[in-house]
Amino acid sequence: MTQIENAKKEPKGAKPKEQITTDPSRASERMRAGSMTLTAAPWIIASVLVCVMPYIFTSNSAITIMNQMSITIIFALAYNMLLGQGGMLSFGHAVYAGFGGFFSMHVMNWSDFFAAIPLPLLPLFGGLAGMSLAMIVGSFSTRSAGTVFAMISLGVGELIAACSVIVVAFFGGEEGISGNRTYAEPFFGVKFLQQIDVYYLIGFWLVLSALLMYLYSRTPVGRMSNAVRDNPERAEFPGYSARWVRYYSFIASGFFAGIAGGLFAINYEIVTEENLNTASSGVILLVTFLGGVGFFFGPILGAIVFTLVQTVLSLETELWAFYAGTLFVATVMFFPGGLAGLIMMHVPAFRLGKAKLLIVPYLKTLLPALIGTLGLAGLVELMFHYRHAATGDDEMTIFWTTFNSHNVLPWVVLIAIAAIGLGIARRTAPALRDAWNEANTADGGTS
Amino acid sequence: MDLILVNLIDGLVTGLLLFMLSAGLTLIFSMMGVLNFAHASFYMLGAYFAYQISIALGFWMGLLIAPLIVGVMGAGVERYGLRRVHKYGHVPELIFTFGLALLIEELVQFIWGKNQMPYQIPDALNFTAFAISGNSIPAFKIFMIFISVSIFIGLLFVLTKTRVGMIIQAALSYPRTVEALGHNVPLIFMGVFGVGTALAGVAGVIAGPVLGTFPGMAFVLGSIVFVTIVIGGLGSLWGALVASLLIGWITTFAKSYNIAMSDILNGIGLSTPENLDDSVFRDLWTVTSPQIADILPYILMVLILIFRPYGLFGKRDA
Repeated sequence: MTQIENAKKEPKGAKPKEQITTDPSRASERMRAGSMTLTAAPWIIASVLVCVMPYIFTSNSAITIMNQMSITIIFALAYNMLLGQGGMLSFGHAVYAGFGGFFSMHVMNWSDFFAAIPLPLLPLFGGLAGMSLAMIVGSFSTRSAGTVFAMISLGVGELIAACSVIVVAFFGGEEGISGNRTYAEPFFGVKFLQQIDVYYLIGFWLVLSALLMYLYSRTPVGRMSNAVRDNPERAEFPGYSARWVRYYSFIASGFFAGIAGGLFAINYEIVTEENLNTASSGVILLVTFLGGVGFFFGPILGAIVFTLVQTVLSLETELWAFYAGTLFVATVMFFPGGLAGLIMMHVPAFRLGKAKLLIVPYLKTLLPALIGTLGLAGLVELMFHYRHAATGDDEMTIFWTTFNSHNVLPWVVLIAIAAIGLGIARRTAPALRDAWNEANTADGGTS
Repeated sequence: MDLILVNLIDGLVTGLLLFMLSAGLTLIFSMMGVLNFAHASFYMLGAYFAYQISIALGFWMGLLIAPLIVGVMGAGVERYGLRRVHKYGHVPELIFTFGLALLIEELVQFIWGKNQMPYQIPDALNFTAFAISGNSIPAFKIFMIFISVSIFIGLLFVLTKTRVGMIIQAALSYPRTVEALGHNVPLIFMGVFGVGTALAGVAGVIAGPVLGTFPGMAFVLGSIVFVTIVIGGLGSLWGALVASLLIGWITTFAKSYNIAMSDILNGIGLSTPENLDDSVFRDLWTVTSPQIADILPYILMVLILIFRPYGLFGKRDA
């Protein structure tokens, strides 16, 4: 268990436990800490899903979104090798992905050499580039974890991002560098002209890198990385150097981040300063944490949800970054386990066969809460429109309703919706808590 | 010689401004062990609040009230946000303040929009104090120096000479013992957090008219402040002062003296390649010091971390 989840189960104000033990009889912990054996089923399902998805969502925009999603998943998983498994918080991890992307792009533009290799091998060069950079930076940044590591990662990230505007020969200055993926050696006759070809290339690398990262977390180094995260001093007593364990994780994470960067270069055929600046590093932290750092599948979930939310919300509202920020802060404060943690919380109830007890209380509380939150969001939109819309433009549309934002009525309606929704949720919350306790208690106890 | 004097004053202004931020940040760090990522956001809030107040009540009330509001907000963040996240450990705390920084930037854009605010230097200070061989020094810069120095002296006095300062210093090193002696340590933490953010707010109030009041101002200064306290040594007040002044002067001098890299390279005996445009090292040869002035602090930080990982004034076991 991570410290995060561990602390959550304890009474308020208690210090996190110093020693973390794992219980292999519980499914949630077996996911993270179990034996070295690999359950094949999830991987086969995932591979089949990757193959089938383009037949379900056939439109071009869907494939574009799925490509971006896959790249984000690889990057988020690589990031979680540091944050979730190694306990190292990096504020500049986009640098390694970006560097891998730039290097791949240079390989792509190096026509003689590029014409001799098939395109699916290109991300490997990105990975190696990211790994080399991680080897250099990691040699001094992994000396300690925690705050110092975070600060160094931020400084180095800023430094390289700032360099990207100055060193034009490698980073291409403001406009970045671009290339053409079709000049590669055809791969069994495929020249990767179409998005769908690229989709399968990315899908292949997605499954492969996810599998490799999972296997890495099962190796002795990967297991020691967890130990160093939880208690570096204790991990050193059996003879491991905490610093070297962190260094290996850092290099491996840089490699997979570089692969994500290489895939980005293939997919978009352009890499710019935006790929390695601090904003991108912040986004990947957000994605990983929303998904949940405590479980291997957390970042995958986070990447999928975040990409969808980003695509859908940014079409609907200008304020999507505001909502994303609110959601992020709320997650850190109330659900530090992220989405994955929320899902895995329900495993005990399912094992007891009492999960159905939760359905009605959930509907009673979460549905009004959702409506109330939407009402709040509507109020925020209304306020934003009232303050910032061009003068004379009083009409606005939310939830398929068009009205005048300078009237009193919409304010009253939205305040009423928010107040009633959240009010009902507040009233029914105790019932939900009782149901939750009931669902998590085994029968035949002291009752 | 005259230009050097002018640059020394300019660098001093930048350095002292940095110090007002890094002093609060380093105090908070040494007390709670958490780096407040949103510190520069409070600086931005200070500038925006002061702008809003200055419209109605004038600059001086802004200088008085805005830091108070920011300090109260900071204390609130500590009480209702950080303290809640504290039990999960240091990494979630850092992530929380990082998220807060994002949120405050979005909030500021939500309320005031994306454009720069017309926050002006007050008329009472909008004149030339004196001139050094044709380079005029505005009175507002002298005012900034005056405010920062008096705050520094006040802080030093409170921390070392008063009873409150003694308790704070004791709570820094042995919070449990201080608690056992009957002091309310969480309250002290909240107070220090509030005062630290209020200091950042003061910095925002006096920097807003000079550096511009816009939603990106926190981001511009924020990362430099972190670099400052890493260079000075995490948790060291004197280190923060020295590092702030160092960074202030280095960037100012690099910007005002146009030193070309090719001159340096020629000076150490390398000759400029003939067809420079084709050379791989083209960028190295054409770089000039104003171009890299903004990244010099980062380079300095990386060098410090490699050769002296605990910063200039940091303790070994920090």
